[in-house]
Amino acid sequence: MYYSTLRGSVKAVDNVSLGLDRRSSLGLVGESGCGKTSTMLTILKLLPTNARIISGEIYLDGQDMAKMSDSKFRKEIRWKKVSTVFQGAMNALHPMKSIGDQIAEPILLHENVSKREALERAEKLLDLVGIGASRIDWYAHELSGGMKQRSVVAMSIACNPELVILDEPTTALDVIIAAQVLKLIKELQDKLELSIIIVTHDLSMVSEVCDRVAVMYAGKIVEMGDITTVYKKPLHPYSRSLISAFPSILGSKKELKSIPGFPPDLLSPPTGCRFHPRCSFSMDICQKKDPPLLDRGSERFVACHLIGD
Amino acid sequence: MEKEVVVEVRNLKKYFPVKVGFFRNLLGTETPVVHAVDSVNFQIRSKEIFGLVGESGCGKTTTGRTILKLTEPTEGHIIFRGKEITFLPHKDMQKLRRDMQVIFQDPYESLNPRMSVYELIAEPMRIQEVADSEEEIKDRIYKVMEEMDLVPPEEYIYRFPHELSGGQRQRVAIARAFTLDPTFVVADEPVSMLDASIRSEVSKLILNLVEEFHLSLLYITHDVALARYMCDRIAVMYLGKIVEKGPSEDVILNPFHPYTQALIRAVPVPDPTARRIDIIIRGHVPSGINPPPGCRFHTRCLKAKEICKKEEPQLIEVEKGRYVACHFPVEK
Repeated sequence: MYYSTLRGSVKAVDNVSLGLDRRSSLGLVGESGCGKTSTMLTILKLLPTNARIISGEIYLDGQDMAKMSDSKFRKEIRWKKVSTVFQGAMNALHPMKSIGDQIAEPILLHENVSKREALERAEKLLDLVGIGASRIDWYAHELSGGMKQRSVVAMSIACNPELVILDEPTTALDVIIAAQVLKLIKELQDKLELSIIIVTHDLSMVSEVCDRVAVMYAGKIVEMGDITTVYKKPLHPYSRSLISAFPSILGSKKELKSIPGFPPDLLSPPTGCRFHPRCSFSMDICQKKDPPLLDRGSERFVACHLIGD
Repeated sequence: MEKEVVVEVRNLKKYFPVKVGFFRNLLGTETPVVHAVDSVNFQIRSKEIFGLVGESGCGKTTTGRTILKLTEPTEGHIIFRGKEITFLPHKDMQKLRRDMQVIFQDPYESLNPRMSVYELIAEPMRIQEVADSEEEIKDRIYKVMEEMDLVPPEEYIYRFPHELSGGQRQRVAIARAFTLDPTFVVADEPVSMLDASIRSEVSKLILNLVEEFHLSLLYITHDVALARYMCDRIAVMYLGKIVEKGPSEDVILNPFHPYTQALIRAVPVPDPTARRIDIIIRGHVPSGINPPPGCRFHTRCLKAKEICKKEEPQLIEVEKGRYVACHFPVEK
């Protein structure tokens, strides 16, 4: 998926392949501008008008959604099968509508139910996310940050989707509140048998919630696999440095590592491996040939020349 | 160990009046106040990084701003290098600002969008009139930019903030604070707006600068894990009060106050095989207008007893260097 801009096309998402099993959770990690949010918008078919899907398929239950018309997608898929919690969604709640009405809105739009039934379901959802049905008539300004975030989560599961994509669900929340929201997401996933994609730059959050992780760099996935394996034994130099850049509150105090330099400009990404200018193991081949994302056994994929073929 | 005390804060209070309606004003009822900072005491020694940790609204930023007198304190004493500056007039304060600098949280808002990087970094030197010539200003700008890894400086000096990434902007903001060779810097969440990989890079730069310039730093943050890496000592704040204070490693690995414990248990850990987050307190932070009587934390504390509702626990030294304000501190 490329964005066309006045200065050329931005290769925001380039050759990304992701797979997610039912009832499992995937964390999409990377720095700002690495294309993680763009990937999510592509899956949801919510791209701005200057964006083009150049090639590729998006399958949901065996159906290619990339080819589906927008109106069909809106009617049949969005909310009902795939829903989302946008970054900062809690600040996008309508200030003059009660949260009950806002949660009932997608239900009314997508399902053939009466207003009363929709509101009853909104009550149940509010109970489920721990706000309490009694607060159905509250307005956004009466809710705390944590409760607002809980209500947008409630909204995302209103039409019983199979897949929920959450973009930075805890940024702007305080530590303790963020922990509560993460716990809620985990509980809901178990209870409702959801598949979840969490888009974030925070590796700790992925470790808390997800089974699998995909590390993105400059529009490409560089490593993907089971979270424990990737964390314990990262194979790609970028994932390795990303992991050691995170301070931990447990264990002995290790020195923080950092990655020199800045992420590249996606208008003209580096040739070959996009990470090579910042990589301390860079070889000649890295400047010339883009390493493909290869299966390294046990559902582990890495795109790096260091690991051979 | 006893190093010179650079900044001392004694019994610092900052109350903000709450705006009330016209009629309530007429009735002459007492104006409610927010107890943003309430009797805070600490000392920062030379070459020390002192961390203030807490959730939003706990008063950590207000404490930092009050020490720099960006807001006027309500009560208490602020002593900078042996001199009381609590009610020093603005004019004298301006001279002192050369030694007391600040790094703000948001580099997207703290840099004037119409000034080039060169002008931005030169501005504090021009205000303080520290350089004799434009040449000297230029030299100092280049030096500090190299220090901040903005190299080669020629590539950056003509840029405007919108042409820089978040990490680069924050480096410019830090460079501004360091051009004057200060002795004390308040860093208010300097990396919270940055990405993880950039965050560790900028944190390391700050650590290097502290070492090189021999300065004292007040590091304000909500990120306990980062505070552990940055700070020598930390103080945990809750609703305007310090609840626990001590060497950062000790406090984090072995917290005494139930709030500190709850805060630490709620921090997600990057290691997927380690212990998971845990929520061991209830509810959320009460309002600072009418803070709970007694211990301010008793409404959320699972260990609260009768006495906690009535009597306010004092911050006392329970072990050498370890202070805690709790009637029933966590046993080891």
